[in-house]
Amino acid sequence: MAVHAPTATVGVLGSQSSLARAWSSIRRYPVVPIVIITTLAVFAIFAPLIAPHDPEQARSLDDRTLPPSWMDDESIFFLGTDHLGRDVFSRIVYGARISLLVSSTVLAAGLVIGTTVGLISGYFGGNTDELLMRLVDIKLSLPFILVALVVAIVFKPSLLLVVILLALFFWSSFARQVRAETLHLKTLDYVMAARVAGASNLRIMIKHILPGVFSTIIVIATLTIGTVILVESVLSYLGVGVPAPTPAWGAMVADGSQYLQSAWWIALFSGAAIFFTVLGFNFLGDWLRDNLDPRLRQLV
Amino acid sequence: MVRFIGRRVIYSLVVLLTTSFIVFGLSRAAGDPRNLFLTEYTTKETWDAWGREYNLDKPLVIQYVVWLGKALRGDFGHSLRDHINALDVIMQRVPATLQLAGASFIAAIFIGVPLGVMSAVKRGTFWDYVGRTLALFGQALPPYWLGVMLILLFAVSLDVLPSGRKGGIDHYILPALTLGWGAASGLLRLTRSAMLEVLDSEYIKFARSKGVTASLVVWKHAFRNALIAPLTYSTLLLAGYLTGTVVTETVFSWPGVGRLAVTAVFNNDFPVLTGVVLIGTAVYLAVNLLTDVIYALMDPRIRFG
Repeated sequence: MAVHAPTATVGVLGSQSSLARAWSSIRRYPVVPIVIITTLAVFAIFAPLIAPHDPEQARSLDDRTLPPSWMDDESIFFLGTDHLGRDVFSRIVYGARISLLVSSTVLAAGLVIGTTVGLISGYFGGNTDELLMRLVDIKLSLPFILVALVVAIVFKPSLLLVVILLALFFWSSFARQVRAETLHLKTLDYVMAARVAGASNLRIMIKHILPGVFSTIIVIATLTIGTVILVESVLSYLGVGVPAPTPAWGAMVADGSQYLQSAWWIALFSGAAIFFTVLGFNFLGDWLRDNLDPRLRQLV
Repeated sequence: MVRFIGRRVIYSLVVLLTTSFIVFGLSRAAGDPRNLFLTEYTTKETWDAWGREYNLDKPLVIQYVVWLGKALRGDFGHSLRDHINALDVIMQRVPATLQLAGASFIAAIFIGVPLGVMSAVKRGTFWDYVGRTLALFGQALPPYWLGVMLILLFAVSLDVLPSGRKGGIDHYILPALTLGWGAASGLLRLTRSAMLEVLDSEYIKFARSKGVTASLVVWKHAFRNALIAPLTYSTLLLAGYLTGTVVTETVFSWPGVGRLAVTAVFNNDFPVLTGVVLIGTAVYLAVNLLTDVIYALMDPRIRFG
């Protein structure tokens, strides 16, 4: 993976093919992810303006499984309609809303929990550290999907439940990394100086150590967001995610897989939306890591 | 070494206990657990008998101990759907899952490792970019969507492969690819970076200058040493399998444990789900433990570190 470093590739690529140059510029400037993520954000924010039809309610049942408009002159639906006659494109646009809403909330929660745990663990050390890190280990060994199924059978799936469930599973990478950074930062002279000057533990953690771990947090957040979106879509594919009729991409693939013979467009386009979104965030995360915090390369 | 294994065993037991706490806690969080373990058609006598058997009038700690004791002996209750012991329901499904897991493990290794070696040896060429693109796709492709698209292409459009359910050898191809894909791309990345590191070392240069043939250098000198990192990864690989089997078996209506877990959710079959979760976690932890031990045997730095 070391070859991804921009400095290393430039020399090698001098005499390389155009393919190699294209690859390296994609690596060096986040063009692809920015295009994808901007489109997604625009979809999510302006969904009511962009979506041509109601995502949850069909116009009429006669519209069931109509092909995309560029395949059939009869159809007015850009990406066709689903088994209930709802516009697939509109559902994908609104699905971006759900996807970004869930993943950003989950990430915000996971980030706060993880950073707090990491700071406390790294700063105080000793038994506190031991206890919290064992907790992280246990969390990492739990099979998420099975626990999610148990939760789904006990409680009725809802948007809030999905967010809570995912947040409880996406804080540990923050905790581990922030702890590692804190262990290093707290030995530095400026932290010592702050302590000599009489700063409280809380003040040192928030004013002096937290700013030092910001870039790490940003990189991990970006690298994690793709996974959150993917896992959220797995939950909704299995039918334990955000409940119908709310348009969730994973559930759309599940619906579409029942109609592959007659209406392949339902599953194809909704799944492609997930794929490109995750790809976009992964690209951006890689890029940020290489440019903000190359040390993380071995760790994430 | 004994201390190392001992520590890992205790740790695994703690995780298993935690899982049982979570399952037990959830079963009590929703009110009377009989709503989860019994159907609405249960008679008053059964209802009361169940309450006595599980000591529902006693404190939660005692209830937990009674429940755990039964679970340890393999008694998760009766399936609410099939009306036989939940353990038997699960055991019927185990072979199908193991066969699928085996097939996809083979697929992952035979796709991931050679492509990783190729990508490293042909670094910077067209083949390297093919390998790296595949690796990137592997991380971003939703596994269930891959399965659905494979069905669309090979079963619906081309009509050359069956789309699901257990049968002959051809029934394994699409599910094994779906389940193995994520693991294959992970193996690819790790094999590639491990190979690059090893190929850069002094002893490889020495072997080359000595006149050892290229293929012998790659496979005998470099590959053997590069294998440790991909091996560690098999822990993560198995973690992915657990999610993967649930998803893949759902896509291909594969009669395995993963699909059983999902249908149990929809049938409100709590006893069966409890069994799958506890047994699944135990197997998962056991395999993790085994990987750690093998890894420690191969790399002394971990044993003593």
